[in-house]
Amino acid sequence: MSDSEAFRAETRVWLEANCPLGARNLPNAPENSVWGGRNPHWPSGDQKLWLERMAERGWTVPEWPKEFGGGGLDKHEAAVLAQEMARIGAHSPLASLGIWMLGPALLEFGTDKQKRKYLPDIAKGKVRWAQGYSEPGAGSDLAGVQTRGELVDGKWVVNGQKIWTTYGDKCDMIFALVRTEPDVPKHQGISFLLLDMDQDGITTRPIELINGDAHFCETFFDNAVTDQANIVGERGQGWTVAKFLLGHERAMIGQASGAGMGKPLEEVAKGTLGVDGLRAEPALRQEIVDNLLGSWVMQIAMERMRDQARAHAMNPHTPSVLKLTGTELNYARTELVGALNGIETLTMGDGDTRRWLSAPANCIAGGSNEIQLNILAKRALELPEQK
Amino acid sequence: MALVLNDDEVMLADATRGLLDRAAPVSAFRALRDSGDALRYSPELLAALAENGLVAPNIAEEDGGVGMGAAAVAVIVEQAAHNLAAAPLISAAMAAELIGWLGSPGQREALLSAIMTGELVVACALEEAGRHNPAKVETSFDNKVLTGRKTAVIDGVGAGRMLVSAANSDRVGLYLVDPAVDGCIVEAIAAVDGRNLATVRLDGAPAEALGGDDADEAISAAIDLGRALLAAELLGLADHAFDMTVSYLKERKQFDRIIGTYQALQHRAARLYARLDLARSVVLKALRALDEKSDETSLLASLAKCVMTELARDVLVEAVQMHGGIGVTDEFDLGLYFKRVRVSGDLLGDDRFHAERLAQEKWGL
Ligand SMILES: Cc1cc2nc3c(=O)[nH]c(=O)nc-3n(C[C@H](O)[C@H](O)[C@H](O)COP(=O)(O)OP(=O)(O)OC[C@H]3O[C@@H](n4cnc5c(N)ncnc54)[C@H](O)[C@@H]3O)c2cc1C
Repeated sequence: MSDSEAFRAETRVWLEANCPLGARNLPNAPENSVWGGRNPHWPSGDQKLWLERMAERGWTVPEWPKEFGGGGLDKHEAAVLAQEMARIGAHSPLASLGIWMLGPALLEFGTDKQKRKYLPDIAKGKVRWAQGYSEPGAGSDLAGVQTRGELVDGKWVVNGQKIWTTYGDKCDMIFALVRTEPDVPKHQGISFLLLDMDQDGITTRPIELINGDAHFCETFFDNAVTDQANIVGERGQGWTVAKFLLGHERAMIGQASGAGMGKPLEEVAKGTLGVDGLRAEPALRQEIVDNLLGSWVMQIAMERMRDQARAHAMNPHTPSVLKLTGTELNYARTELVGALNGIETLTMGDGDTRRWLSAPANCIAGGSNEIQLNILAKRALELPEQK
Repeated sequence: MALVLNDDEVMLADATRGLLDRAAPVSAFRALRDSGDALRYSPELLAALAENGLVAPNIAEEDGGVGMGAAAVAVIVEQAAHNLAAAPLISAAMAAELIGWLGSPGQREALLSAIMTGELVVACALEEAGRHNPAKVETSFDNKVLTGRKTAVIDGVGAGRMLVSAANSDRVGLYLVDPAVDGCIVEAIAAVDGRNLATVRLDGAPAEALGGDDADEAISAAIDLGRALLAAELLGLADHAFDMTVSYLKERKQFDRIIGTYQALQHRAARLYARLDLARSVVLKALRALDEKSDETSLLASLAKCVMTELARDVLVEAVQMHGGIGVTDEFDLGLYFKRVRVSGDLLGDDRFHAERLAQEKWGL
């Protein structure tokens, strides 16, 4: 047996024995997500147990180094783990901006001390992180952030406002883009700071969305403080860290959207109109087929991206491609599901309707799709900018 | 296999490109087209490709071939598309597939090495409808002769042999015919793209069977291969036209600005880039499936043909539009790609055909 087969066999046995039934085959819906944090909410006891067991092996973050709470797996082993989890329908144990965004940035730019301090708690789901990037005046033009940071007696003192902070009211810590050098060109004056949200200087106010959730917040900084050491990268170099992190965010949004939530579209069509009913509506059928084609293409493209990553031959522009395509397809799919389900399901209580109302946000978050097109035009095609 | 070209495939692509840039620039295709030559491909180019092992490399080693797979053929076809290189590559690979699958030892020996050396062109006459319809086989094989009409025969004009699908008593078989015999009339379709395409009238043409009475599976496999190779050809064509367009956007000035600075054009170009990036994975996936004999091969070949037909068409329409007036002149090369994309797209099924097939067979709709 090769090492890889042995790893697969061991993994299979371990997962069978350790993944509780209540953590398997759960619908991929927001209410089933485990976010951890200092005040965790557990959808079920089984999911709590599942997180603890996975965290103990470092398998919430299989590819991070063991010393920082990871599993120390190589890409191939991580792929095997993912396949074996999928085989038994094991739910992802932990949803976390720490895992998807901050962790990779700390691994790349953090000091050894920062990695030891923050990564293990992210891996175990003990601290929940928020992303403090956007401001009322700085959305697409993110480098225009105005929230200020000054160094006073060995501490950063931060003042200003962030907006669209996902789950800001439920998070423990925030990574924020803060202008620390006001007199230099905008991209060079930003620092990447880490702040504890449990302090008087930080308050949040939830914003209700069209999907009925209030999962974003306005976040206000009023003489908020953090230790001088809580800066990632050099002072004024925060934009480099921010861009690196956005690459991860894009790939994640694209993949999550591309994978889709809820029942496959063809199943919805068969369960509602049925095959004959659908054939009587060729225009609707055509849109459904186009969407299915697009989703199949996305799946294959994601498979190739994983293969390329393994071969160290990634196309650096693929995350933007997946983000753009995945989010548009996902919007169209949720819209079609609504069309199939019929008018009595167009209520705020209906899961599919809420998924439809959530879908436009993905075309905006993580750099809007227009911004992805700008990025592709500039970086992939090297088209000139207007002077 | 991974959805990444391996080192051998990358080397093969480079070598093919190098050879074609020397031996078959686009100007050579244009000159051939303008000459009105009936063959519409260049025997010298075919010989040069054959000498380098680039013709039907899918012939198995035990048949004296190089034993490479569909992916390798596609690498060559894709590169040839960039230059519009006039050589019968797709027909050779499809014929090799059919003969390798069905042929008796004697037939394999007589045909395969001659295909590989470029001495013999064998065309596949599988189509009977103007609009692709693989289910239509009304040509009959009875008393050792063929009767019927075939169309869209790639490289049929001047072919040394033809493989014809025909109904026998209760099945569809494949029959080898020498087009020089009485009762076989090959006529050129003067296709807009300058490709060698033919109709074949069979009026009691003597033929011999390839394999037994039932060639269904082999014919389907050859069609899958043909679809995936046409998808690779379309990818090469679309890439080429897209690169021309992006270059033009960087050099043409209007209103004192480089037109590539206009965001309306940037976004349209970026969307095509995104679709090309995605489509590349799909074409490779279909080729890997062919080589691994996966259960989903046929559906993946349809997906690749579907995606590439639609995309190449969109790329060429945008390419012409973004070039302005020059884009619609015959003197400018873009028009050659515009026409080629149309014909390659329609051969073996366009995007609508394959979308419908997938709707029914993949999703049961
Ligand atoms: C679900 C969701 C979660 C989010 N979570 C977070 C979070 O946790 N933390 C955080 O910091 N932020 C978060 N955001 C904010 C998000 O990053 C911003 O909304 C986004 O970057 C767009 O900024 P904006 O809303 O200010 O829109 P604007 O930038 O004002 O854009 C308005 C419109 O103009 C277009 N536009 C702008 N500039 C250009 C240009 N140069 N060319 C062409 N078109 C342009 C945009 O595409 C858009 O259509 C989240 C957003 C959403 C929807």
